[in-house]
Amino acid sequence: MQTMIEVEGLTKVFTLHNQGGITLPVFSGIDFRARQGECTVLFGESGSGKSTLLRSLYANYLPSRGSIRVRHRGEMVELTGAPSQTLLEIRRETIGYVSQFLRVIPRVSTLDVVAQPLRERGVDQVTAHQRAGELLERLHIPQRLWSLPPGTFSGGEQQRVNIARGFIVDYPILLLDEPTASLDQRNASIVVELIREARQNGSAVVGIFHDAEVRNAVADRIFEIAPGDKTQDKAVS
Amino acid sequence: MMTEPLLQVKEITKLYAANKGCANVSFDLYPGEVLGIVGESGSGKSTLLSCLSARLAPDSGTIQYRNRAGEMLDLYGLSESRQRQLQRTEWGIVHQHARDGLRMGVSGGANIGERLMATGERHYGNLRATAEQWMSDVELDTDRIDDKPTTYSGGMQQRLQIARNLVTHPRLVFMDEPTGGLDVSVQARLLDLLRRLVTELNLAVVIVTHDLAVARLLAQRLIVMRRGEVVETGLTDQVLDDPQHAYTQLLVSSVLTP
Repeated sequence: MQTMIEVEGLTKVFTLHNQGGITLPVFSGIDFRARQGECTVLFGESGSGKSTLLRSLYANYLPSRGSIRVRHRGEMVELTGAPSQTLLEIRRETIGYVSQFLRVIPRVSTLDVVAQPLRERGVDQVTAHQRAGELLERLHIPQRLWSLPPGTFSGGEQQRVNIARGFIVDYPILLLDEPTASLDQRNASIVVELIREARQNGSAVVGIFHDAEVRNAVADRIFEIAPGDKTQDKAVS
Repeated sequence: MMTEPLLQVKEITKLYAANKGCANVSFDLYPGEVLGIVGESGSGKSTLLSCLSARLAPDSGTIQYRNRAGEMLDLYGLSESRQRQLQRTEWGIVHQHARDGLRMGVSGGANIGERLMATGERHYGNLRATAEQWMSDVELDTDRIDDKPTTYSGGMQQRLQIARNLVTHPRLVFMDEPTGGLDVSVQARLLDLLRRLVTELNLAVVIVTHDLAVARLLAQRLIVMRRGEVVETGLTDQVLDDPQHAYTQLLVSSVLTP
């Protein structure tokens, strides 16, 4: 299967200039691959750098050293040092990212929040709203809430809005940062279904899941980030 | 694979004194792109914006703009009347204080109609209808069309200024602290409006703000300035979530989150 993400020698060190230049090394020399149609789970204890790796794959964090290449429009493109225009294009077309928290925009309705990634790709409003409605329905967000901005929703509801927004486009690469963290069993199992569907449609899914049950339900490979050189990449049998 | 830039800025310098003004600023802006310029007051943001919008000649450097006809124009190689023509027909300039961008002595409707007349529209009925349309687009009560902006609230004046700028369908809009000095509730409404218009009209925008939340909401890309110099650039979320420069780190960590 085609490689969609190829990471080589990735090192991340945070330098806090205003705290006397303290350096916080997160990980060093990571090699990582994600393939089409596979779900790779990032695993490791708290602080091992799972989220940092995931954010680096989205060009949200800048690597200190190393290379991150993703397949975009059929070619492997280096993210490190790429012009902003290229990164924005890659985010629009190739990489989707579901964070733990929804960034709420005042006065924008739930339906519009979810439909936005499709609208940015030039899909008309009626189609985008219809697709957004289908996903919201699947994730058990009652229709009476769709016209409201999600700012006042519960944590679990916001999370589900966020998930709907992330899954509305069939991204070739999908990054998930604990998408089921504040969900009940019923909704977590919907997310598992969505992930399996994305995988079947050929997405390379990379995610962090603390819930062992969800993890076991979706993982094709487990990439364990451990301090030192003990990082492991294992297929799940 | 990429379209041509709309604006190409190369090594622009305009200094009033050492570290006062802006020095050596370069960037490209593409159609539909929103670029935020952030930094504390006195960092040279507004000076840079004035240079970019042909209101203040730089000491050195070049600014090139691709017009509707696809010609690449050297901004400060143009005559003043051609510069003004660009400002009227292809650009919008939204000032921090709406009074600087409005004519306070004429009605709200006339403020919108006037810009349109400058591009050749003369039919009174059309002018009025367009003014009404734009007033409702920026959520102003059309019953107020004949009132002077002096009778409007600060938030209404700012929305009128935006309508006045957008009525001529500019390709590029310069904004200087467009939400500064407004109540938070009014700010949220204005931000939402700007966000919607920018997407619907596919505007390219250069927005100066000291408010990082505003930058995060509107801008795809950021330039961080300090003492006249660019200290950091990048995707907005990258600059705010993983700032590299000491000054940006200070700026980000100084924000109060309620």
